[in-house]
Amino acid sequence: MRDSFYEEIADLHKARENKIKNAFLSFLCGGVLGLLGEGIVEILVSFFSLSREDGLVWMLILFIFLASFLTSLGIFDRMVTIFRCGLLIPITGFAHSMTSCCLDTKTEGLIYGMGSNAFKLAGTVLFYGVSSAFLLGAVRYLIEVIA
Amino acid sequence: MISQIVLDHSKLSPGHITSILVVLGAFMDLFHWYDTLIKVVGAGASLPICSFGHSLIHATLKSAQANGFLGLFTGMFDLTSGGIVATILFSFLFSLLFHARD
Repeated sequence: MRDSFYEEIADLHKARENKIKNAFLSFLCGGVLGLLGEGIVEILVSFFSLSREDGLVWMLILFIFLASFLTSLGIFDRMVTIFRCGLLIPITGFAHSMTSCCLDTKTEGLIYGMGSNAFKLAGTVLFYGVSSAFLLGAVRYLIEVIA
Repeated sequence: MISQIVLDHSKLSPGHITSILVVLGAFMDLFHWYDTLIKVVGAGASLPICSFGHSLIHATLKSAQANGFLGLFTGMFDLTSGGIVATILFSFLFSLLFHARD
């Protein structure tokens, strides 16, 4: 079968996704997450007398905990199919990708399964984050030294 | 809120998008734009993954100012280590406790 013909047929049978609805849902979800995070930070700051930076870190840890927990219960995957990037772009997506990799490869053993596959998806974030931060940081540092 | 960036998801895989956003976050902090963003919208800006790139470069610059060029290497994870350690710890614990669903 010719490739173009095949692609035509494949396009016909591809599930049509309502892009506007998806975008709206992910926007809503991201907004709600941000709102929740802000609320948690406010509560932490006012009730536990933490500094704002500490409150932010605690809030992040709380969200990571929740995301890992829901992932291991299988709830998070169902939520992701609904909300898409609204859940994947915040730090919850980072925790989710790592926990799901760990769970998937658990059967292959603790060392070569979980240990070596944990950063399969989350590794891209760390890799490009660190390399870009280093390069840009070096540029900025050199600018400051020269100036 | 700031998660509006999330709107333009269409063709790329989530892996691509997250990588791009991290680099974008690091780039935005090159001139401290992201700091003002965080001041204005609070947790809405520090929750997405771009703030990961932001805090990476923030810590790097801070320690570079304190320790010179070596600080670029040593101070990278000063601010983000909380998130990374929590992620590793929880994913390890929960994957020990639970089994994969289907």
